[in-house]
Amino acid sequence: MSSKAEILNRIKLNQPDLVADLPDLSLLGSEQFDVLETYKTVLKGIGGDPVEVADYNEIINYIKSNYNLEKRLITTLPELSEIASLDWKTVDPHSLQNVELTVIKAHFGVAENSALWVTDDILGQRVAPFIAQYLAIVVQKKDILPTMQQAYNRIGNMEYGFGTFIAGPSKTADIEQSLVLGAHGARGLIVFLLD
Amino acid sequence: MSSEKIIPHSEAATKFNKDVERVNWHDETLWFVRAKRDKSAHQIADWELLRETASKIKNNVLSNIHDYLVEFEANAQRNGIIVHWAADAKEHNEIVHSIMAKHDVKQMVKSKSMLTEECHLNDYLAEKGIEVIDSDLGEYIVQLRKEPPSHIVLPAIHLKKEDVSETFHEHLGTEKGNFNPQYLTESARHSLRNTFLTRKVALTGVNFAVAETGEFVVCTNEGNADMGAHLADVHIACMGFEKLVPKREHLGVFLRLLARSATGQPITTFSSHFKKPRDGQEMHIVIVDNGRSKQLGREDFRNSLKCIRCGACMNTCPVYRRSGGHSYHNAVAGPIGSILAPNLDMSKNADLPFASTLCGSCTNVCPVKIDIHDQLYKWRQVLVKDGYTPTAKTVAMKTMAKVLANPTIFNIAGKSGRFVMKNIPGMVNNKMNKWYDQREMPDVPEESFREWYKKNSRESKSKDNE
Repeated sequence: MSSKAEILNRIKLNQPDLVADLPDLSLLGSEQFDVLETYKTVLKGIGGDPVEVADYNEIINYIKSNYNLEKRLITTLPELSEIASLDWKTVDPHSLQNVELTVIKAHFGVAENSALWVTDDILGQRVAPFIAQYLAIVVQKKDILPTMQQAYNRIGNMEYGFGTFIAGPSKTADIEQSLVLGAHGARGLIVFLLD
Repeated sequence: MSSEKIIPHSEAATKFNKDVERVNWHDETLWFVRAKRDKSAHQIADWELLRETASKIKNNVLSNIHDYLVEFEANAQRNGIIVHWAADAKEHNEIVHSIMAKHDVKQMVKSKSMLTEECHLNDYLAEKGIEVIDSDLGEYIVQLRKEPPSHIVLPAIHLKKEDVSETFHEHLGTEKGNFNPQYLTESARHSLRNTFLTRKVALTGVNFAVAETGEFVVCTNEGNADMGAHLADVHIACMGFEKLVPKREHLGVFLRLLARSATGQPITTFSSHFKKPRDGQEMHIVIVDNGRSKQLGREDFRNSLKCIRCGACMNTCPVYRRSGGHSYHNAVAGPIGSILAPNLDMSKNADLPFASTLCGSCTNVCPVKIDIHDQLYKWRQVLVKDGYTPTAKTVAMKTMAKVLANPTIFNIAGKSGRFVMKNIPGMVNNKMNKWYDQREMPDVPEESFREWYKKNSRESKSKDNE
């Protein structure tokens, strides 16, 4: 007998007869709080920087004054072509190793944990938000949801090959519980909250 | 490794306890993490409802796991993922090796996976001439030191920055005596970045797998699983079959609980959902049993399969905090590990369910409401009944049972006990007496409770009659 058949047989034999119903998830996620304020507070708490902007021009100005434009900046947003390149989506992902800043957008954010949901179609390349020294993500203020409950309702049956919630910069506390930002991925995360 | 002699928990803990300062520091560090968990949990009004919901979802999973696995496999295959089944650790290791061999690759970068620790994959691959580098910083540190992780979430929690500095100085050539965590992390970042950029095969664990969609979720703070997987030609993900959840929407419940319970964070930095391999990439999933189906059949212990590996039970456990993860001689240490380990091998792990005060703190913090301390108590009974406990303990317990069952013997034993403790204390206060090891013996009372009661009840009766 193959291992698959053997394992499945044993499971069938040993799993409890009682078929417990799935609980009602609609009871969850009803907490009331100021969504935008919570988002900003939680993001700061985990080492990210919220920046409220009115339009893409403000984003361009912010990046110009805070990052070295001589270095490699990449983006998936045509609005930012003045400061970052757009022609990297089909290159070998390893060649992104010298990227200083990646700027992408998120489908939505989640206030309770400041996470941002991104998927293949808006990532350009899967490794892009991880391999850059710094990361900036643009999200519309109206797309900040209260909790993960609303987040998965929004995701629903969305089709993607890869999707991830990003909450703050890469970090570790593996050395004596001292928090260090920038373990393997981005050392910093700017979230541009767009009107 | 299986061939090594296992040092029983109490003996290993005694060694760990010799360095009082370090034990106190270990205890306080973990309590600090536990306190962060409390603060984080208290900020969620729905916390108890979330725990209850998570527990109910897992109940449903356990009673339907056969069908969910079949559904998961079909959906994963439809997504272009290659699915393997491993009955035990050996088969798991062989499957991983066969994928490496097929691609003729001798190097692998790995992100944290307690399952591969359970299966001793690194040792197996080393024997086959394959170099494995663990990329989670804590795992990387313990790997360089040739030690196993001592905690499932915080693998190097038993080490101080001086230890890490010394290790990195030796292996990475960092400045001797530089204990700065920022500097040390930066050095590891440089070294591991090169690893990520050069490895063709990346292995990750799996936090959750979704039957409905055939996708799996990997949670890290460092982004190491993603750096490995997105740069490699081949991504192998290894999972125990209990990691399944029925639907994608259930992830919301577990992602709200996992990091808060583990470290007090609102969520891990990255919660990555792998559904399909990227263009040109090969993606494998290895579904592992290794005793899990047996545990599923043990009614008293099957709830342990609900575990989402947050480590909250370890951080809160007064025994774990003062004995260190290595004393549990099992990939998963602490309270939950002490339930899982005897299922794998009763004779090797019979000591672990006794490494508990049964205070119930583990049960109180468990995000999926596993009755951990009750199960530890039940394992004790199984292990004693099946003859897996040390002879000295069994004899002592049997003698105790005889004494307690017979009032006359109990009376004599009590009297002689009090006499000896009072007049020849050296006979009791010595190394032969295990009870004396950690305790001051009490002052002996003039009379036993029974003697006191007899006297007093007679006095009160005569008073009543007056």
